[in-house]
Amino acid sequence: MFTEIDTATLDDPTADCAAKPVWRGPKRIKGKPVNGQNKTCDTRKEWVSHIRRIRDAQDQVAFAELFQHFAPRVKAFLIKSGSDAALAEECAQEVMATLWHKAHLFDPTRATVATWVFTIARNKRIDVLRKQRRPEPEDLGWGPEAEPEQEDVLALQQETAQLRDAMAALPEAQRQLIEKAYFGDLSHREIASQTGLPLGTIKSRIRLALDRLRHAMN
Amino acid sequence: MRNEIKHHLTDDLLMAYAAGTLPEAFDLMVATHMSLCDHCRARAESFEAVGGCVLQEQDASASMSDGSLAATMALIAQGAPRAKPARPSCAVLPTPLQDYVGGDVSAIKWKPVGMGVKQAILPTTSEATARLLFIPAGAAVPDHSHNGIELTMVLQGAFSDEIDRFARGDVEIADQSIHHTPTADISEDCICLAVTDAPLKFSKLMPRLFQPFLRI
Repeated sequence: MFTEIDTATLDDPTADCAAKPVWRGPKRIKGKPVNGQNKTCDTRKEWVSHIRRIRDAQDQVAFAELFQHFAPRVKAFLIKSGSDAALAEECAQEVMATLWHKAHLFDPTRATVATWVFTIARNKRIDVLRKQRRPEPEDLGWGPEAEPEQEDVLALQQETAQLRDAMAALPEAQRQLIEKAYFGDLSHREIASQTGLPLGTIKSRIRLALDRLRHAMN
Repeated sequence: MRNEIKHHLTDDLLMAYAAGTLPEAFDLMVATHMSLCDHCRARAESFEAVGGCVLQEQDASASMSDGSLAATMALIAQGAPRAKPARPSCAVLPTPLQDYVGGDVSAIKWKPVGMGVKQAILPTTSEATARLLFIPAGAAVPDHSHNGIELTMVLQGAFSDEIDRFARGDVEIADQSIHHTPTADISEDCICLAVTDAPLKFSKLMPRLFQPFLRI
């Protein structure tokens, strides 16, 4: 079975992705399954600039492209989390509207757009499906003076790409276990310590970003 | 201002927080600890990155209905929901706790539970209980063990028990196997956030009589 992949990637070690030129825009090609799994490589850096365009220019074209990519995924995620299709559709629209309104809060040195959309979708699920409040940690804020270095943005996006590759390379059973934990189907007791995922580097990267923020705030 | 935190949250709690599957009281504990601890904030955010990967791998063929983009643009046109005014940082209560207390330390509605110890139960869903504990300087919380899991995080002062000493930001994680008598440092009254998914068991007869009043 074939899956749609984007042409542009960062230094993705996966052969069929790495062969493509970097950041060539939203054009898509057909890709072939990697390691027997369907694998999607998104335009990671592109999505960051899409959020910028929304933040700075209320760019509806950028939003439509983000919507086309993420809204169906958010809907699928919510359905797997126990929502019916109609509610999932409604929530996916609200998640995307939140993305528009909160574009100025997105920090690309700490999260990819996919990670950020995930957190918005997760909060929507807690609010609507579980009907409970979601306490969030104290806001660190980041003013204009803390506009991130391009290099830091790239590094975080790259490490997330490697995390995805590592996840795709996991045995199917283990990957399903992790997915279930994120859909709310499973206790996390055993999973967290046994994901087999290389979280150390991305954690250090996020820690550096937090240190820089703290520094900028003082 | 930021002291060295020695006792952190576990990976399974941080992953469950990132996945959004914890009871509200535990979410409150994790969010409060993350407010003081960049180490755990970074760990939790890396588990959010795993969630981002899970989202990215979702089958996009479960397509949105016709007109969904237009409907979303209409939603956006209604304007952003009014953001809560940001609470100023407070020396004792990080902002997620201030939201539950309705202000800073002076807004806590303490109820005495005996022997100078006071508590304030915070409004969360009933799967688990969150409460603030006030332990007078030098005083001890009755010797107790636990049915389920109990997390205790220091917000002011410090306490010591058979395990170690815990200061601001430190979290003690206790389960069935732990039997302890936390005692506050003599230098300062101790304020903690305690979260449990089961009632506490007190070992001695007297404290056990208090349990109905503790409502935990």
